[in-house]
Amino acid sequence: MARSSYPLLFERSIKGHRGSDLPALDVPMMENIIPENMKGDVLPLPELAEVDIARHYTNLSRRNFGVDNGFYPLGSCTMKYNPKINEEMPGLFADMHPLMDEDMAQGALKLMYDLDKSLCAITGMDKFTLQPSAGAHGEFTGLNLIRAYHESRNDTARTEIIVPDAAHGTNPASAAMAGFKIREIKSAPDGSVDIEALKAAVGPQTAGLMLTNPSTLGLFETHIKEVAEIVHNAGGLLYYDGANLNAIMGIVRPGDMGFDTMHINLHKTFSTPHGGGGPGSGPVGCKKELEKFLPRPVVVENDGVYSLDFDRPESVGKVRSFFGNFGVMVRAYAYILSLGANGLKEASENAVLNANYVFARLKNTYGIPHDRICMHECVINPGELEKNGIHTTDIAKALIDRGYHPPTIYFPLIVHEAMMIEPTESESKATLDEFVDALIDIARVAKENPDAIHACPVTTPVGRPDETTAARKPIVKWTQE
Amino acid sequence: MKSYVPNTVEERQAMLETIGVKSMDDLFTDIPADLKLDKPLNLEDGKSEIEVRRIFKALDEMNKPTPTIFRGAGAYRHYIPSMIPQMMMRSEFYTAYTPYQAEMSQGMLQSIFEYQTLICEITGLDVSNASVYDGATAAAESMLMLRDSKRKKKVLYSEGLHPDVKEVMHTYAHCAGIELVEIPLNKDGVTDREALKANAENAAGYIAAQPNFYGCLDNMDEVSELVHELNMLLVAYVNPMSLGVVKRPGDYKADIAIGDTQPLGLPLSYGGPYCGFMAATQKLIRNLPGRIVGQTVDSEGTRTFVLTLQAREQHIRREKASSNICSNQMLCAIMSSMYLAIMGPQGMKEVAMQNLQKAHYLANEIAKVNGTKLRYPNTPFFNEFVVDSDKCSCKINKAAKEAGIVGGLRLSHFDKEDKNGVLYCATECNTREEMDKLVKALGGIE
Repeated sequence: MARSSYPLLFERSIKGHRGSDLPALDVPMMENIIPENMKGDVLPLPELAEVDIARHYTNLSRRNFGVDNGFYPLGSCTMKYNPKINEEMPGLFADMHPLMDEDMAQGALKLMYDLDKSLCAITGMDKFTLQPSAGAHGEFTGLNLIRAYHESRNDTARTEIIVPDAAHGTNPASAAMAGFKIREIKSAPDGSVDIEALKAAVGPQTAGLMLTNPSTLGLFETHIKEVAEIVHNAGGLLYYDGANLNAIMGIVRPGDMGFDTMHINLHKTFSTPHGGGGPGSGPVGCKKELEKFLPRPVVVENDGVYSLDFDRPESVGKVRSFFGNFGVMVRAYAYILSLGANGLKEASENAVLNANYVFARLKNTYGIPHDRICMHECVINPGELEKNGIHTTDIAKALIDRGYHPPTIYFPLIVHEAMMIEPTESESKATLDEFVDALIDIARVAKENPDAIHACPVTTPVGRPDETTAARKPIVKWTQE
Repeated sequence: MKSYVPNTVEERQAMLETIGVKSMDDLFTDIPADLKLDKPLNLEDGKSEIEVRRIFKALDEMNKPTPTIFRGAGAYRHYIPSMIPQMMMRSEFYTAYTPYQAEMSQGMLQSIFEYQTLICEITGLDVSNASVYDGATAAAESMLMLRDSKRKKKVLYSEGLHPDVKEVMHTYAHCAGIELVEIPLNKDGVTDREALKANAENAAGYIAAQPNFYGCLDNMDEVSELVHELNMLLVAYVNPMSLGVVKRPGDYKADIAIGDTQPLGLPLSYGGPYCGFMAATQKLIRNLPGRIVGQTVDSEGTRTFVLTLQAREQHIRREKASSNICSNQMLCAIMSSMYLAIMGPQGMKEVAMQNLQKAHYLANEIAKVNGTKLRYPNTPFFNEFVVDSDKCSCKINKAAKEAGIVGGLRLSHFDKEDKNGVLYCATECNTREEMDKLVKALGGIE
């Protein structure tokens, strides 16, 4: 593809063009409603005809890449296929106002109630709030439950959240936002909790531990019971980062592992599309003893009638307006109905199968930081290829030229030059074989002609961006020259 | 059951052999045996597409249709041009992740760069982020921006902010140890200047609402001047639809503008997904939370868009990040961009003008009903207004409902003491016929 920039909306603007119309005003026109000193001028927006806007966005979409375009093994992001029936169902609720009388919204309330119950069944938690709008928002909410729990017991010395250094960046950021001090502990080289480091970190100042299990290296925490015991004995609570829930549905539940509260990314495990960076949804579940602290309102049921319970004096308060990203909940609910108990387990089993298959086939070509059976994602690195000056970025860019979205790169931070591959259960053996073959061939080219890899990508509309200049002299909007 | 797993049993077996294990169970031996579930999840078995559709049809029938609606209060029914839902079916957009790989994500990155520009154009400010979850979290984030940029832990806000916005701010403030002080509205429903002055000491800023929850418009030049004289920053929480006829935050020198883009092309959808916007002066760019797209060049000099200023963000800065936000509401941001592009300068003016005119027609007609009066008769408003009545608001909405109308919001929903107030909203979607029908129903209450 020849390199080319694409005109901005503003560069297509032609004076007098327009894409909208309205019916004639059917009430008498009143003059001077808004005092002169409050009145605004005509907004300096671009002027375009409808056809030009349709072409603009259609052509922009062709400069983008989604799961429907091809394999997207972005580790920790669970880029599974987004079933099409899920996209159709939110339309049924499109015109529902969030402040409608409850007797007019029984279907929507029932959906939220049933989704809560289903998530409880899957995770072993007792109650969920659906209000948080993303994973990080869920973390913030769950940490608020932990804080409220300690505050309710007048245990105000518990100011520290323990976060392993292998954790997602959102973990420490959310803990800080929730007002905690962060105590980072080193992980064992395989990304698991270093038991001795944990023992040394806990104490009367411990509010809780945030943990991802399977870990960010895609490995199950084999000592999870011991970890839970250490934290609980010290008086702290356990938070489960649900980013990797796709590995364990129907196999093991966070609630049974000893976690007290957790979030789920509906836009990962439950197949709702990521929308290019949202909207997501991050429901937060908790055990019975934390339930009274959940954000209000919660949906309750009495004799088949659903209602919103606002009267929750110990609630941490709302974390978002209304009830959350309802349209995302609708999609996740459709997914859970479709798969059911058996289908969810099958999804997790095949997610793990696919990751191990890719891992097994790449072992002889790439660096393997930890050679053992993984869960739903595996971590590799360039290994010997580094001698040829090939870095993880280069391999990622070479994959782009072969029609793949690269894996997550340079995360987890504790693995040198990490590439984290999460195939998900959506992919067939044939797709995985083609992907692995591409990676093996990239390794061959990298040895024979590393410059060819350094030049990648060459098939995209733009080449590698100059990110330094972008950050040093930020241009964050278009301005008329 | 719909599985979405393509591989056959035979293919799965072949893969297990390559891995070097015998069965699926062998892949899960790291999980302690006594923790594993010994029975299926307590859910029904999976269902076919036809069955799923039937379940949704049943849910839909439990909801009552609402063709005529006069309720706003933070969520507004406006007309959504067909272009938006149609273009949003482009799965190159909706099935993509956050644009980490710029070369293959130029479509999304450019769309967000355009969104940021459009938000700057309608707010009159210098910089915008790529969105946050909604208007309420935008307010909470702006409160943290005030704290960080002024290094003060006290923030003032207007009583006239939406109750949900206030509650979310309090949740975040409790965590951050921020002292939040509510500045009351005066008898005309706008910021009480004296209360603002009395509480300004050591405060980082004031979060105002224009129009506010009760629909009232304030003289923001005056508020802004006062706030700045008191050495505070001004945050303006605005309804973006109103900016077609009302002054922009940048016009009255607000430092930060926030709100929800829901009125711009997003369906009501029972409360979400919506999209919080945040714009600020150039000076505050490094305090902005969330994703920001910037323009640069590639290795050959071609214009290229990238995620930029990432040193503010959680994946780099971890606990020192300006916010924990990662996923935001990108797709909703693009929908609002499309809305602004379709409407253009004239369309925005016209649609805002129709909201203004229809709301005033409705207010005048309702005020003629016996025993009712406008709560703030001397205050300008945009498309919402409060009516007080000598009757309980329960009776008022019952009458509307019996006429097949979703009436205004009973203010008792948020404030139990406010038994007689109803907050009405009229938009370009309401016809004169509908409004006359509502007024007639209200006039018939015993």
